[in-house]
Amino acid sequence: MTNLLILPILIPLITAVILMFVSKYVNVQRGIAAISTAATVAASLVLINTVSRDGIQTVNLGSWKAPFGITLVSDMFSALLVTTTSIITLIVVLYSFKSIGIDRERFYYYPVVQFLLVGVNGAFTTGDIFNLFVFFEVMLMSSYVLIVLGGTKNQLREGIKYILVNVISSALFVITVAYLYSVLGTLNMADISQKIAEANQPGILTAIAILFLIVFGLKGAIFPLYFWLPGSYYAPPTPILALFGALLTKVGVYSIIRTNTLFFYHDAGFTHEILGILAILTIVMGCIGAIAYWDVKKIIIYNIIIAVGVILFGVSTMNPDALEGSVYYLVHDMIIKAALFLLIGVMIKITGTTDLKKMGGLIKEYPWLGWTFLVAAFSLAGIPPLSGFIGKLMILRGSFSEGAYIGAAVVLASSLLVLYSVIKIFLNGIWGSPKPYHGIAKGHARYLWMTSAVLVLLAVLYGFGAEILRPLFTQAAEVLTDPNLYIDAVLKE
Amino acid sequence: MEILMAIVVGILFTCSVYLMLSKSLLRIIIGTALLSHGAHLLILTVSGLKGGAAPLYGEHAESYVDPLPQALILTAIVIAFGVTAFFLVLAYRAYQELGTDNVDQMRGTEGND
Repeated sequence: MTNLLILPILIPLITAVILMFVSKYVNVQRGIAAISTAATVAASLVLINTVSRDGIQTVNLGSWKAPFGITLVSDMFSALLVTTTSIITLIVVLYSFKSIGIDRERFYYYPVVQFLLVGVNGAFTTGDIFNLFVFFEVMLMSSYVLIVLGGTKNQLREGIKYILVNVISSALFVITVAYLYSVLGTLNMADISQKIAEANQPGILTAIAILFLIVFGLKGAIFPLYFWLPGSYYAPPTPILALFGALLTKVGVYSIIRTNTLFFYHDAGFTHEILGILAILTIVMGCIGAIAYWDVKKIIIYNIIIAVGVILFGVSTMNPDALEGSVYYLVHDMIIKAALFLLIGVMIKITGTTDLKKMGGLIKEYPWLGWTFLVAAFSLAGIPPLSGFIGKLMILRGSFSEGAYIGAAVVLASSLLVLYSVIKIFLNGIWGSPKPYHGIAKGHARYLWMTSAVLVLLAVLYGFGAEILRPLFTQAAEVLTDPNLYIDAVLKE
Repeated sequence: MEILMAIVVGILFTCSVYLMLSKSLLRIIIGTALLSHGAHLLILTVSGLKGGAAPLYGEHAESYVDPLPQALILTAIVIAFGVTAFFLVLAYRAYQELGTDNVDQMRGTEGND
């Protein structure tokens, strides 16, 4: 099956179109959304299997030969991310049944989530830089709708800022692609890589590399460009927040990794040095935010920024070990961030507040929720043998052997602060003396907990099964360290 | 010709930045529209202007223009159009709900204690 890698894009697209016609029948929508997202997960699992067996998969759309038409490329890195994205979307869809509210469900919540899945999976899969822009826009357009869906005052206000920032960064993306095209005369990512290698990356291309870093840094929330994230992500309800926090910034991170390992790796002393410094500053700023707030949503939102910094620091060293660690940590972070957002969503539903000072004592009535949260928190902070530890270990080993000691020290210190920030939620929200709550019924909370517990379970298995999954990550990192594998797969058929 | 176009693109960007820095929401949206116009004009310019005949089979010319940037612009225009339309509707809705189109009053303090 050569067309296999289109399925994770095509299934949600068709589903979204179908769902729009049945928008007033909520139960039908739920059924179709759940089944088709499960089908997407199945297709992406088959894709991982195929890629691990036969190597990089490519499809030339419309049968136009590689550098001329649009190519979709699925190496192990993108296949892993597509699978993780699909699994997270499935869980969030199941969670939404009892969380998002009937009004939002009737007004195209499920179709828009499917469109978001199209955009994210497409961005991970495409092998054409302009097509990447198009999938970015599909993803962003869905996120615009999701962020204002429901139309509360806060959502509208934050939605406007979110859209404005993203419109500007999209315009910058188009401009950057135009510059790149005028220099190289091609849009195919493998061809771009080849032509940059032939030209040995003159100064103009390094300038374009920095422009790309700015564009993707705005989406991925790295140091000076993360300013919009805490406010905007705070506005929508938790299932949407979980999708945004787990998927959207990671598309930016993926694009930074792709451009920096496939295109602009010739002048690493300049571009990767900048990336490394920005990554460290990102971690520091994220930590400051995560410690400062007493609002559960804000604390986890700032943890997104810390994780982006950790992943990009691993990439900036360009060490094979650290790259493998970054890939592992990226998948880990997507799963655990979604799980944590869904879990604090349960807490918010029960207590009716996001303020930690008004919570407390949830462990008495909801022990299962409390312990699941603790496991998720430990996994986030990287307590061995949970998954966060393994990713950080590989990143640190790589960065030590490259002599990047300051960054490694910051990553280590950040783990402690991350632990402090989530344990603060545990001690003040879940421990402590119970208060009277007038939130949702216990059975309702149990359903929400069960769906989010599936993700925590996945994260735990991901940590314990790291040895079994290792070959997949080694294969993913191979392509990142040796761009010729990617180029050969696309251009030589 | 290219230099003239580059200046035009620069003027468009200047105007859009000026508009986006103002406080009225409508001006900001017009600013984003101008920004995307500038970006589209830029794509057209970087590929070179008046380089040859239209890239069709029937034209027996010495050289042809590159059709790809035009395809890119078409895609980008459609996307910019959609986003601007959505942004305008959102601005109207926000005006109804919040009672203001001044971004200074949209600062918001909820959750920023």
